[in-house]
Amino acid sequence: MNKLRTGAFHTGMILLSLLWLGPVLWVVVMSTRSFDDIAAHGVGSLPRSFTLDTYRQAWTDGGELRALINSMLVTVPSVALSLGLAATAAFALSRFRIPGRRTILLLMLAGNLLPPQILLIPVAKFSELTGLYDTLWALIAVQVGFGLGFYTFVLHGFMRDLPGEIQEAATIDGAGTAQIFTKVMLPLTRPALAALGALSFTWIFNDLLWAITVLRTDDNMPVTPALLALQGQFVSSWNVIAAGTVIAAVPTVAVFLRFQRHFVSGLALGAVK
Amino acid sequence: MTATISTTSVTPTRRRRRSARLSPLLVAFVLVPFAVESVWVFWPAIQGFWFSLTRWDGMTPPTFVGTDNYVELAGDATFRGALVNTVIWLVLFGGLSVLGGFGMALVLQKERRFVGFYRAALFTPVVFSLVVTALVWRVFYQPDGIADTLLRAVGLEQLIRPWLADPQTALYAVILPALWRQIGYVMVLFLAGLKAIDPALHEAARVDGANSWQRLRHVTIPQLKGVNAVVLSVIVIDSLRSFDIVWSLTKGGPYHSSELLSTYMYSTAFQSLRLGYASAIAVVIFVLALAVILGYLVRAFREEAS
Repeated sequence: MNKLRTGAFHTGMILLSLLWLGPVLWVVVMSTRSFDDIAAHGVGSLPRSFTLDTYRQAWTDGGELRALINSMLVTVPSVALSLGLAATAAFALSRFRIPGRRTILLLMLAGNLLPPQILLIPVAKFSELTGLYDTLWALIAVQVGFGLGFYTFVLHGFMRDLPGEIQEAATIDGAGTAQIFTKVMLPLTRPALAALGALSFTWIFNDLLWAITVLRTDDNMPVTPALLALQGQFVSSWNVIAAGTVIAAVPTVAVFLRFQRHFVSGLALGAVK
Repeated sequence: MTATISTTSVTPTRRRRRSARLSPLLVAFVLVPFAVESVWVFWPAIQGFWFSLTRWDGMTPPTFVGTDNYVELAGDATFRGALVNTVIWLVLFGGLSVLGGFGMALVLQKERRFVGFYRAALFTPVVFSLVVTALVWRVFYQPDGIADTLLRAVGLEQLIRPWLADPQTALYAVILPALWRQIGYVMVLFLAGLKAIDPALHEAARVDGANSWQRLRHVTIPQLKGVNAVVLSVIVIDSLRSFDIVWSLTKGGPYHSSELLSTYMYSTAFQSLRLGYASAIAVVIFVLALAVILGYLVRAFREEAS
């Protein structure tokens, strides 16, 4: 009886896992098929050819290389800046009796909960006004501004729960505010920073809406919107589109695999609080 | 996370903290991030409300038209369709991802052989962008793609249709990939919540003769109250924000059949260049999200006060 239940559990879960991984594997396999193979047998058939030329096409002809560089140019500074700014705000708000600190914190969180739609038009117009429109600076700025509230809130919760004695000891030892922040608080906040870093990397890297709101030129597009353009460029070359899809997914998968533990605990940070 | 704060040590340090708060560095620590968010979020949000009261093509200055945009919205069939679709989206995408995620968390909560692999499999799509997800599923829906091949294999070829191009199925064909990606995410949230439940509670209930359904109903679900509230807010906010997946698969078509408020707002703003009217749609989205946002903030506020 028990054996039967275990068997049923594993059979069911294997089928379900297949349902989740199957489509992904299918795309990976399809990215190595030749155009003629797909044209002759359709995207639903099993592969009868093997080529890696699709990756070259997506990489150079499709402009994925350029797009990946853009993505990195936006994502890395955005993550660093927003976590850095959020950490300073969280530090000041959680460890010092700043007047109105609770209001400030909740106001910042509220900004992050806003539906982005209400911001799209003013942000596009503001970036035109400042001459940042269609530059990666605009995208970095809006990613930092929009993400800050949530990161500050999470880091605040984390820093507040750190024991006060550590800070007192450092103060007695003559450490100034800046030193307490960089030498004492930041190292202790590392787990939360790592979790938020892994999360925000995927969020910013995967973003579509902000990119197509503040950017226009194809050459400036990060990889997510570029993937949509690739689809228009290689309309029926499903193998090239599949290769482009794989390329676009690799960086976030890599970050996830590298920071798996942090990533999942980051998602859970908000939930169990 | 534990919510224990070390307020016990406050009295002797209060004076020192108060004097420290005057330090210009601390003021900068708060003001710089706050200023960045003000410029890119708060100020634009206020402008958004103002623009919704104007007629504006983006080139000439906006002209004030009062509530004209909202009056027009009331009679706009596309808007009404998008509103209905957004509600369908909320119910199906939101409801099914909570049910599916909670169910999978229950099934996979106990550590046993291969459970790590199953969890990882369900979680994999969460790291993909929605555009990647859309392209993966486009292959699935393609004429002679996987869906059609499977239907043919089981002898149901009469059901075959252009899934994304048929107004009858487009919306649901878009919800499916969105669900596929969201279930793993919700599962992780619930897994974290389940882990935090004291096993002694289940033990006590079992000793008292509660069966597994009663334990789920009277121990697990009440204990998950905090997680439920977060998941609910996340789901509603995510549903109202949903844009990428629809935009990548159908752009809201065919004939607005998969149009959501978010996609209608975007195309009205950046394709039809009716910025005032689009702002009014954005305000409607905001109002729909408001109750959830306020609920979330009240929770966060109580959390802070505790």
